[in-house]
Amino acid sequence: MLEVRDLEVAFGPVAPLSGVSFSLAKGEKLGIVGESGSGKSLTAMSVMGLLPLSGGRITGGSIVFDGQELTTLAESAYRKLRGRRLGLITQNPMTSLDPLQKIGPQVDAVAVLHLSMNASEARTRTVEILGTLRIPEPALICDRYPHQMSGGMKQRIVIAMALAADPDVLVADEPTTALDVTVQAQIIRLLDDLVKERDLALVLITHDMSVVAQTCDKVVVMYAGRAIEYGPVEAIFDAPQHPYTQALINCIPKGLSTDEHLSGISGTVPTVSNYPKGCAFHPRCDRAKNICTSERPAFITYGNNAAACHFAGDDR
Amino acid sequence: MTSNIGTVARAMTGFGNSAIGSAFGSWLGKIAGGFLVLLVLTAIFAPWITPFDYAAQNLMNSNAAPGWPHLLGTDQFGRDVLSRVIYGARTSLSVSATAIAISISVGMTLGAAAGYFGGFFERAVMTVVDLTWSFPDILIALIFVATIGPGLTSTTFAIAIAYLAQFTRLTRAQIVRLKRETFIEATINLGAKPRHILQYHLLPNAIAPVIVVGMLAIGDGIVLEATLGFFGLGAQPPTPSWGAMMSSGTAQLFLSPWVIIFPGVVVAVTVVAVNLFGDELIRALNIRDRIRGA
Repeated sequence: MLEVRDLEVAFGPVAPLSGVSFSLAKGEKLGIVGESGSGKSLTAMSVMGLLPLSGGRITGGSIVFDGQELTTLAESAYRKLRGRRLGLITQNPMTSLDPLQKIGPQVDAVAVLHLSMNASEARTRTVEILGTLRIPEPALICDRYPHQMSGGMKQRIVIAMALAADPDVLVADEPTTALDVTVQAQIIRLLDDLVKERDLALVLITHDMSVVAQTCDKVVVMYAGRAIEYGPVEAIFDAPQHPYTQALINCIPKGLSTDEHLSGISGTVPTVSNYPKGCAFHPRCDRAKNICTSERPAFITYGNNAAACHFAGDDR
Repeated sequence: MTSNIGTVARAMTGFGNSAIGSAFGSWLGKIAGGFLVLLVLTAIFAPWITPFDYAAQNLMNSNAAPGWPHLLGTDQFGRDVLSRVIYGARTSLSVSATAIAISISVGMTLGAAAGYFGGFFERAVMTVVDLTWSFPDILIALIFVATIGPGLTSTTFAIAIAYLAQFTRLTRAQIVRLKRETFIEATINLGAKPRHILQYHLLPNAIAPVIVVGMLAIGDGIVLEATLGFFGLGAQPPTPSWGAMMSSGTAQLFLSPWVIIFPGVVVAVTVVAVNLFGDELIRALNIRDRIRGA
């Protein structure tokens, strides 16, 4: 359904993203994890063709969706895909809705635009979709303004807008970051159900390893603008090959004991302008050797995973 | 920012009732707004209110002091000053409002297109618009007078062009700011075309400060109309205009000062009322920072 290969993105002279590859079939859920600034959202924007908006461009690699190459697609053709076949759920539901328009018309607009429905057909459909998203009293909600609703409700509306034209691929860019913990779980479960019911392909972008472990089939771990490990979720969690992935997994709090310290990863993600030479993770890696400071590790397949580490597969 | 948008959203929920209603909330708003409503009503119903024909001359009774039956006295042709001031409100308000309406529609279109599309188009539009700003208002009026002759049409176009830059810049600034809002990006994500985004999302969200600045500009427009009338470039006799009345009053400044004083006072009070009410609107919409930012 969606295949991304060696994706490279540049903003003028800086290249914040390179060497990202993954593939996704219908009904599959792919998690993209990494710290802030690792290029997760850029990957989502590349898939949606939104880079030109912020002055970026794709300088290498390919994105193939349903047999169609997207990196060279004209904006007018892209517009027909966005919302229709590629749905995006944005990070912040608080600001993703037009404050001056009622909920109903905002959701209706998608079906009117893409499915050439008239206003009343679109409204019927809107009410139906809001219902499937477990929004109480969907017909009443249509007459509300965004500021009259809670964050979790707004996020459901945003999801409804993404689903309104029945897309094949849903990209959820940190859909729960701005929400309460209790609501987060509901939204994730909702996305999970939607994938099953509608046979969607879901790209779930998050920095929460535990969410990935519970929901996704495949994982891409990103660090400093590169994919550093890619594989099925069981393999990644059972036998993580990259030290960064191992560190991320160690950071998941276990159990409820209070005398155990939460672990973190020391240091910070390097900024785009000063990515370290060699393996970008070496300054923070406790197993770094000389080779790590000079040579960039290639992707090595080990078991079911592929990891970009000189020591992937080594016994430890 | 988010809370600001929320406030505007609440205030704009039926702009007619709640924002203007809230501007009427303070005593200052009540006085200023009340005066403006009264002025507009007076202008509309002028033929039924005026005690005399505004153009009727009575040379036997020229330069009569205020009293009965000429409450504000008469001018050098014996015309009733009160009637002329009332009809002058028609001229001033309609010329100024028409001019600002033209200015807003052209300015918003240019500013929205410039802000949305950016690039060379934006620079070209903004350069031309800024150029019009560098000409003194009177000079712009003279250009129109020279080409299409003195009169209210010239005055209207002159005022429209004088304020074009303001609305273009304000709209452009709003659009540039709104363009980066998540909900616009979200709309793009749903495959909306630029026209749809501009029409349904950007312009409605940008309009509040434009309305307020438009309101204030009507006040300035009235002054400019009076100025042009004073120089004889605006309304031509016998059309009554506040500016032209003051101009004709200068000849008998010491003999019959009421001819110049009353139109002058009305201009001053109107402009003060417009500005006070505009200020109350800004407060009601909570958009002071957005207007300053332009």
